[in-house]
Amino acid sequence: MSYMDYVRTFKLPHSWCPGCGIGTIMQAIVRAFDALGWKNEDIAFITGIGCSGRMSTYINTNSMHTTHGRPLAFATGVKLARPDKHVVVVSGDGDALAIGGNHFIHAARRNIDIKLVIINNSVYGMTGGQVSPTTPQMFRTQTTPYGNIEPNFDVVKLAIAAGATFVARESVTRPRNLEKVIEKSFLHKGFSVVEAISNCHINLGRRNKLKDQITMLRWINDRIIPMNVAKRKSPEEIKDKIILGVFHEDKEREEYTQLYEKLVETVRGSK
Amino acid sequence: MKRVVMPGNETVAHAAVAAGCRFYAGYPITPSSELAAEMSKLLPKVGGKFIQMEDEIASMAAAIGASVAGYKAMTATSGPGFSLKQEHIGLACMMEVPVVIVNVMRGGPSTGLPTHPAQGDVMQARWGTHGDHPIIALAPAFPTEIYMETIRAFNLAERFRNPVILLLDEILAHTYEVVDIPEPEEIELVDRKLPPSGLDRLDFYTYQRKEGDPPLLPNFFQGYNFHFESLAHDEMGFPTTDPEKVAYISRLREAKIEKHREEIWKNDEYMLEDAEIVIFAYGSVARSAKEAINRLRSEGIKVGLFRPITLWPFPDQPLRRAVGERKVLVAEMNLGQMVYEVERALRRDVFTLFKADGTPISPVEIMDKIKGELI
Repeated sequence: MSYMDYVRTFKLPHSWCPGCGIGTIMQAIVRAFDALGWKNEDIAFITGIGCSGRMSTYINTNSMHTTHGRPLAFATGVKLARPDKHVVVVSGDGDALAIGGNHFIHAARRNIDIKLVIINNSVYGMTGGQVSPTTPQMFRTQTTPYGNIEPNFDVVKLAIAAGATFVARESVTRPRNLEKVIEKSFLHKGFSVVEAISNCHINLGRRNKLKDQITMLRWINDRIIPMNVAKRKSPEEIKDKIILGVFHEDKEREEYTQLYEKLVETVRGSK
Repeated sequence: MKRVVMPGNETVAHAAVAAGCRFYAGYPITPSSELAAEMSKLLPKVGGKFIQMEDEIASMAAAIGASVAGYKAMTATSGPGFSLKQEHIGLACMMEVPVVIVNVMRGGPSTGLPTHPAQGDVMQARWGTHGDHPIIALAPAFPTEIYMETIRAFNLAERFRNPVILLLDEILAHTYEVVDIPEPEEIELVDRKLPPSGLDRLDFYTYQRKEGDPPLLPNFFQGYNFHFESLAHDEMGFPTTDPEKVAYISRLREAKIEKHREEIWKNDEYMLEDAEIVIFAYGSVARSAKEAINRLRSEGIKVGLFRPITLWPFPDQPLRRAVGERKVLVAEMNLGQMVYEVERALRRDVFTLFKADGTPISPVEIMDKIKGELI
């Protein structure tokens, strides 16, 4: 086996823009599959709509390209139907946090064993670059031509508050770390969230003086800071930084489908 | 056979379990909530899965997800929820995934009349989701028929790999009535056809098939790395914008229902043979119509009933054959929806009795209409 066995190579070339961080994230995901030795046919890979949504076309497993914002709701049906299988969802910041925000918080609340990777490029890329729930304030987008006045979500805080039991953040500028943290999240039993900070130089960067991938990746690289480094800094020094690492891991809380199985046993036993 | 008393909502739940439904995802909404409540009781007992999702959209999605994973799956709702589910009903049509959606109709539009009956969603059942798509909708009118049509809904969904909509209204859903439940061995069940397991790889042209056939798609985890796609897709299931391929798969989707209309159609005719006037009615209105027919006949007025149980695909040919040149009265609990299909099928104008105020159409109203305008 090699990680390329998880890729539908006959569907290449892919539809993403040159230099997009999504390729790095996709490779981190298939490398994690390979490292864990998961069988293709035991994985359900489900995506919503947007650039991230296209990934299910290229991943060589059971796969489903669904509707905008709802991949977690489909995944919940799949996982509850087959708790013995691996269910992985890849979603963008608009997909997971705007139109799909409700499904995100409730999947986290249930602690259902779905592995979610959020590709956070801070913009609606596929539709031409509109403001998203994670667009930095005062950034220009197609629909905030005078600058974005809205504050953005902190995905990590949101996920922890909603009840996710594994929450991490990584960046496409650190591909090996990204792969490792995704692998770790895949091993977690419960709802896991990995926020992968990515670049959209085409539809966000070019409106904000970050018009090529190198410039934008440098901009990301200047803003990220690993958690262990951040711990040694003063709050003032890390005020505008994006902290990377595993923020939350709760192995105690019971997973939803296991609780459901127990319920079925109790109900059937008491008949 | 077992004889029990229960409301329509519970009848559907029991029939669904008998039909092999082992997954229910729902969201509370009047007047369908008791259906979810009954499923939450029944499913764990048979090792099935019940989940109350965070919204109507998610419950439709979860049911589709479970179906893709091999389960017979269902959701139930009413008007506002039915509106919310529409995008995913279209997705199930597009991906050709079996699923049953129960819509207990209440007064609309919007929040409307949550606790009152209506038949205002019959066109939405046909055209609610965007884009051209095939659909099957059933509208039972009697308690035992609700049971049997629920089973037929699952059978049709599995047979044709398509969403099937079961339409009740608030009266049918809430009225406690006597239901004759057949023994399990008397019930014929249909399971979706699957490609054989254990092949090295699946023939990639899975969506390709003889015109009129449903596609032979694998379930998730059957051993094939199959892709279910919401975008227009080619015969392999992958996105395409090639006009020829788009038209080809779209034609196949329509044809599987179109070519089997005779098999899907189901009508009831009552006192039709010697009738001079034909009432066209479905669902609970048909019950008022039957009572009106009995009373009118005792007065010497020969009236009969044509009652479609399958609303979609619309039974245009059976209706045309049954009605001929006779006078027709269309009675429905809306401001005129199926009447346009009736007029299309008959190619002429008909008499109408519409009501959308939250109260049922009574036998007396039908009698008055016939006496006042049709004779």
